[in-house]
Amino acid sequence: MSEDIYREIILDHYRNPRNKGSLPNADISIHDSNPLCGDEIDIHLKVEEDTIKDIKFEGRGCAISQASASMLTEQVINKPLNTIKDIAKEDILENIGLMNLGPARIKCALLSLKVLKLGMVKYYADRDPGSAKKIQDESKLY
Amino acid sequence: MQRGALNVNRIRKDFPILCRKIKDRPLVYFDNAATTQKPLSVIDAIRDYYMNYNSNIHRAVHQMAEEATQAYETTRQKVANLINSPSTDEIIFTRNATEAINLVSHTWGHDNIRKNDRILITELEHHSNIVPWQILCKQSRASLDYVDVDKGGYLDMDQCEKALHNKNTKLISISEVSNVLGTIVPIKKIVKMAHDQNIPVLVDAAQSVPHMPVDVQALDCDFMVFSAHKMLGPTGVGVLYVKKDILEKLEPFISGGDMIKEVHKYDTIYNDLPYKFEAGTPNIADVIGFSAAIDYLSHLGMDKIRDHEIELTRYAMDAMKDIKGITLYGPLDTKNKGGVISFNLGDIHPHDLATILNDHGIAIRSGHHCAQVLMEKFDLSATSRASFYIYNTVEEVDIFINALNDARRLFGI
Repeated sequence: MSEDIYREIILDHYRNPRNKGSLPNADISIHDSNPLCGDEIDIHLKVEEDTIKDIKFEGRGCAISQASASMLTEQVINKPLNTIKDIAKEDILENIGLMNLGPARIKCALLSLKVLKLGMVKYYADRDPGSAKKIQDESKLY
Repeated sequence: MQRGALNVNRIRKDFPILCRKIKDRPLVYFDNAATTQKPLSVIDAIRDYYMNYNSNIHRAVHQMAEEATQAYETTRQKVANLINSPSTDEIIFTRNATEAINLVSHTWGHDNIRKNDRILITELEHHSNIVPWQILCKQSRASLDYVDVDKGGYLDMDQCEKALHNKNTKLISISEVSNVLGTIVPIKKIVKMAHDQNIPVLVDAAQSVPHMPVDVQALDCDFMVFSAHKMLGPTGVGVLYVKKDILEKLEPFISGGDMIKEVHKYDTIYNDLPYKFEAGTPNIADVIGFSAAIDYLSHLGMDKIRDHEIELTRYAMDAMKDIKGITLYGPLDTKNKGGVISFNLGDIHPHDLATILNDHGIAIRSGHHCAQVLMEKFDLSATSRASFYIYNTVEEVDIFINALNDARRLFGI
C-alpha cells in the first residue's frame, strides 16, 4: 500500500530536504533527469584531499527522487570521494526502506546516485583521465 | 449510468479486462487518452483471423487469401464511413498516428517545403506533431511557428490568423483535441482561415475520432491522422486520410512489395491508391481487429459517446474542484473539452499521486504526456491526467475522488 511507500522518513526528507541548495565554488556540478517522470537532480560537490567536504543538491520531482537525494547527501558527506563507486542500488533502496519498488519508480530512487557517480567520474576525468576509465568501469549502476 | 447516454453496465460486460483486480480492488481505468481497453469482439476478430483464415493479402488467389483481403479492405471501407471520407482510396493504414504524420512530412513535406517557408503548429501539440516538423524544417531550412495557448487552455485565434496571413506559411498541422488539456480546437474555422490563404491543413485527430463525430468533408481538412488503439482497436494500426488530389501527386514513403504494379530492372510503376503507400505485408490481423472496434463504436453512436463523456467529465470536475489544494488545467466548460482532465493536487508530484491511486486500483497517467512544449508554457514538469471512455461510470469517479482525498490527507494538504 502507498501508506507503506510514503512512510514518514520519505515524507520527512521530501518536506525538509537536507543539504538542499546551491554550492558556490563547487568543484563539480552535475545534472541529470529522468525523462519518464521529469525528475531533475543537480548535485554540487566540494572536494578536498579526495574527501567530500560539502555536498548540495537541487532538484524537483517526486517524493521518492527528492527524498533519496536528500538521504544520499547525508550518507556521503565527509566520506572519501572514491567510496561513491561502491554504493550499490540496494544500499539506496535500503536507505529509503523500499526494497520492492517497481521498475518505473526505481529510476526515481536511483537518479541521485546516478548523478553522484557521474560527478565522481567527471571529477577524476578532469584531473586524472587515466584512472577515470577504471573508476567508471567499477561504478556501473545497473 | 442507465439514465445516461450509454448503457454502461451492458458495455462493461463486453470488456473482459474490467473484471481484473489491482491491489485487491476493482480496476478503475482512467488512462484512456493513452490507450483504451479492447472489447471481446475485437480480441475474437484477431483470433478468428489467425485460427481460420490466416493468409497474406492482395496477391494469392486461394480462398483464405481472398477472405483475408476482403476482411482487410472492409476495414478500410468502415474507416472511410466513420470519418465520411468520399473514397477508400484516401485511407492509408500505417502503424500509428505518429507514422501517419511522418508519412506526410517525408512525402508532401519533402516536395513542398522549401528554404524560408514556415510550418505552423500550436503549443497544444503532442510530440508526434512537433518533432517530424522540426526535422523537416532543419532539412529544408524552413521555420516552425507556434500558435500560443492562453492560461485557460485555448488557442490564440488572432495570432493563428495572423500567422496564416504570413505568405511564407505553407502548412498548418494541428490537434483537434488536446491530449493534455482536453481543449477542443475550432478546426473548421481554422481550415477556413487556412484555405483562404491556400494553406493545407493536417488534423491530428488521435483524441477526437475516438470520442466524437468527425467528418472530413465537413471539416474540409487536407490530411487527418489517428490511431486504432485509442478507439477500442489493437495497437499497431494507424490511419492517414489524404484528399485525393493531394495524394495523387505524392511520391511513395516506404517502398518495396505490394506498393508496386510493375517492377523492371531499373524502373517501377507504382500501385494505385491507396496501396502505393502501404509497402510490405501490413498488420493484417490488427486491421481486421480494428474493423470490430469500429463496428462497436458505430453501434453505440459517436454522438452518444460524446454525451457520455461530457456527463462524466462534468461530474468529475464538479467534485474535483471542491478538493482542497487541487489545480485543474485547461477548459472548465465541457462544451469545449474532451473527456480529459489534467490536474495537480497541492505539491504532490504526479508520480507519487499515481502510485497512491494505483493502490486504490485506479490507473491514471502522470508525467508530461508527450507534450513538453505545453508543460513548459504552464511552467510544469508534470501533471496527473484522468481520461474517460465508454465503459467508465460515475461510481468510478466517486472512487477516484475518495482516493484523491486519501492522498491529500497522507501528504498533509
